Amino acid sequence: MIQIENLTKQYGSTTVVDRVSLCVERNSIAVIVGTSGSGKSTLLRMINRLVEPTSGRVLLDGADTRSEPAHLLRRRIGYAIQGHGLFPHRTVAENVATVPRLLGWPEDRIRARVSELLGIFQLDPALYAGAFPHQLSGGQQQRVGVARALAAEPGVLLMDEPFGALDPIIRAKAQEDLLAIQRRFGTTVVLVTHDMDEAFRLGHRVAVMSQGRVLQFDRPSVLLTQPADPFVARMTGISDRALRLLALTTAGEAAVPGSSAGPRVSASASLREVLSELLWSGATSATVLGEDGSARGQLDVAAILARGRP
Amino acid sequence: MSGTNLLRWTTLGLLLAFLIFPGRFAPVFAPLTHYGAPPIYDQGNLLMLALAQLGTVCCAAAASTLVAVGLGILVTRPAGAQFLPLSRTLVNIGQTFPPVAVLAVAVPLVGFGEKPTLIALFAYGLLPIFENTIAGLRSCPPTVLEAASGTGMSGRERLRLIELPLALPLILEGIRLSLVINVGTATIGSTVAAKGLGEVIIAGLLSSNTAFILQGGLVTGLMAVLLYDGLATLERRVSRAVPLD
Amino acid sequence: MELRLAITSHSARVDPLGLLLTAAAAAAWCCLPFVIFKSNRIMPGEPRALQAVLPPWGVIGLPAVLLLTAVVALGIADAKRRLIAALGAIVVLALAIAAAANALTPAGNRIVRVAPGAAFWVVLICLGLLATDAITRLRPRPLARVLLLAVCVGGGMLALRYGPFGNLSVMREYAVNAARFPLELRRHVLLAAGSLIAAVIVGLPLGILCHRTPRLRPPVLGTLGVIQTIPAIALFGILMAPLGALAGAVPAAAALGIRGIGAAPAAVALFLYSLLPIVANTVIGLRRVSQAAVEAARGMGMTARQVLARVELPLALPVILTGIRVVLVQNIGMVTVAALIGGGGLGTFVFQGIGQTAIDLVLLGAIPTVVLAFSGSVLLDALIEVLERTPSAGREAAA
Repeated sequence: MIQIENLTKQYGSTTVVDRVSLCVERNSIAVIVGTSGSGKSTLLRMINRLVEPTSGRVLLDGADTRSEPAHLLRRRIGYAIQGHGLFPHRTVAENVATVPRLLGWPEDRIRARVSELLGIFQLDPALYAGAFPHQLSGGQQQRVGVARALAAEPGVLLMDEPFGALDPIIRAKAQEDLLAIQRRFGTTVVLVTHDMDEAFRLGHRVAVMSQGRVLQFDRPSVLLTQPADPFVARMTGISDRALRLLALTTAGEAAVPGSSAGPRVSASASLREVLSELLWSGATSATVLGEDGSARGQLDVAAILARGRP
Repeated sequence: MSGTNLLRWTTLGLLLAFLIFPGRFAPVFAPLTHYGAPPIYDQGNLLMLALAQLGTVCCAAAASTLVAVGLGILVTRPAGAQFLPLSRTLVNIGQTFPPVAVLAVAVPLVGFGEKPTLIALFAYGLLPIFENTIAGLRSCPPTVLEAASGTGMSGRERLRLIELPLALPLILEGIRLSLVINVGTATIGSTVAAKGLGEVIIAGLLSSNTAFILQGGLVTGLMAVLLYDGLATLERRVSRAVPLD
Repeated sequence: MELRLAITSHSARVDPLGLLLTAAAAAAWCCLPFVIFKSNRIMPGEPRALQAVLPPWGVIGLPAVLLLTAVVALGIADAKRRLIAALGAIVVLALAIAAAANALTPAGNRIVRVAPGAAFWVVLICLGLLATDAITRLRPRPLARVLLLAVCVGGGMLALRYGPFGNLSVMREYAVNAARFPLELRRHVLLAAGSLIAAVIVGLPLGILCHRTPRLRPPVLGTLGVIQTIPAIALFGILMAPLGALAGAVPAAAALGIRGIGAAPAAVALFLYSLLPIVANTVIGLRRVSQAAVEAARGMGMTARQVLARVELPLALPVILTGIRVVLVQNIGMVTVAALIGGGGLGTFVFQGIGQTAIDLVLLGAIPTVVLAFSGSVLLDALIEVLERTPSAGREAAA
């Protein structure tokens, strides 16, 4: 658990982060979203003390982060940034092994961990372990960056616009990977982005920041239905907020018993996708299929529309 | 590639052969002499002179590398950042000092012999290494430095594991430049009585013996070329991973 | 010392550079001699105490001025004031050393030599660093830099010519060589600038050719690189043979002044050394020109020659000029070596001085060389900056 208490950062007379308090639950993903200059990156970097706070404190599992030297703290916290920041003079394997080496892990444990991580990130160790960063594609470099951040099995992973430099298709894939990995390791993730869609897609809870302050920190559906501030409403998008709300629920969650003659949709599809399918096919209801392909129930337009209202 | 290698080893072989058995090369140089002057330098051992010169150059280069890299690291740390603009200006000014002037000014301070040459070579060798160290350390991409701190490296670890390895190709280039300049400058050291191949050239100038001049000049030139080439090869090895833009 | 320490402990922010320079200057002042007295030009000197040689105004005035400068260096951040303090202190220091020389030299005696001691040089270097740092912080515009240089060099020359410096050892050497000095200086400049101009005339087209024909690049740049590694003294010597032979075989060449010994081999060697930076920078400069600009120019119907003259060369000019600057500084330094083979120039004084163990004669050759090289570098730097700031000016200059 990460408790942020009254955290403030001032450079001279300008306040970049202003009395922010947040609590990120263990095993959850918190996304900090805001325009550029809102102080979101500074807030993130104060968690691993790349930026030292002017006042306030951060508790990591109850312990003040200032109780140990900053560089030792950072070895326990994964950190991935936009443009990946891979060390260009080190191979992929050496890059991933950075923190375990700093921690003095035995060589065979390091080797095993590097192979495991490369496997998880779909990078064949035989092909890629000895490659240098500049020999990889942008998406591969980004995956190595996240693998490096996770190498020493940190309980917390901080990500600063990690997918900012990727094209839309690779970005969607990277987001899926992140969700899978977070579920697999149970890592607590704090991610900074300026992309609201990314925030809603990844965040269990989303913090909206503006001018150094956190305006609201809540579940995506609450941000959409009960924005605490006009700025939050503007950020979350007034024009398509109903569709965004639909995107937060899956067909499986909304399905009711029964069957339909309409198109067949997967239980993992979002209501937004189901609605789009219904509009396209001209049908008024759809059959929801489970993982095994058997019908799990049905959904009709009226039920979907009802969920698109606060 | 193999052609380059062949040229490299032939050059080295020829140089060593000439230094060890200079007498065998007398017929080559004989046409350049007049009135029965000796075709091969006979007032000293060429091999010893070459080694003495190489020794002087390498000692000076080692010292200037230590000092220049140390200073370069110092002024790129936050604590020394204040000195960075001034030190860069000084490097620019320093490069306008001709090597001969540095050498000549060192004589009154320490007397004749190896010492002024060492001092001049040391002082003159500082500049390219210092400049390249700064350039190398400052050219590390900020995202890489941030990632290094983010993974929990202390300032010293970051310097040792990331910054210096990334700056190494440029630092080596500085050392190479300074070595090559210094091999040449060391010949001038003979005018202040330092042991070296300049002796041979000056003896040739004094007695109008072109053979001597050519011997001293060729051996020095070949040493410089081989050093230059050897260090360039080392640089390529070191920078194999870092794409140079 | 007490006053300095008091200031250090009381002011909130002590300038670190000021602290370093003050400490170095104070240490030199306390431990090293300020003035060296020699009974003749090659005898080892003996240090003389300041009180014994300076008139009363100097004994109190010089330390007072230096102390005041130290206070400025330590406590005042304003760069303009620091520069004025440093330059003022340099003037006072120069006047003091001149006064010391005049006091130590018996009237009419032309044999004794009075030279500045190590303390003088260290303090001078510290003041120079202070001034340099102030100038670096002020970031003067190119024209201001050139003006500052002109004022300093011109002022220095006028002071040496008409000021009370005649009894200083270097000026004594100058007086002895007064007739030869302008000749050697002119020779030095002619050799350095002449070989540079020849190298530009040959190197620029060669660079353009290398840019157009990539196949030529490795052999041309490689060969020029190897030439650069041959020590100057050896290249001068090696060129003596063929030039001597040429003069022997072709009387017309000899009539033109081409001989095995003298300026000809030096000029040829300097020309060869100069080629690499010019060719390499022309290639780099042309390669850096944005392809979009070239495409646009071609799209507007310019011929290849027009593209080169109106777009590529003007845009590459700053990089090419950087190469020329490197060559100019390098040449001015290397001409010094030419004196060894009878090429003349200021190196003549340096090597004569080394031969006679007369350090003052060495300085007579070395100091003007450094001033020349430094001035050339400042001038060209200013020109490059002007061209980079206003590309249109570059176009006119190239046209």
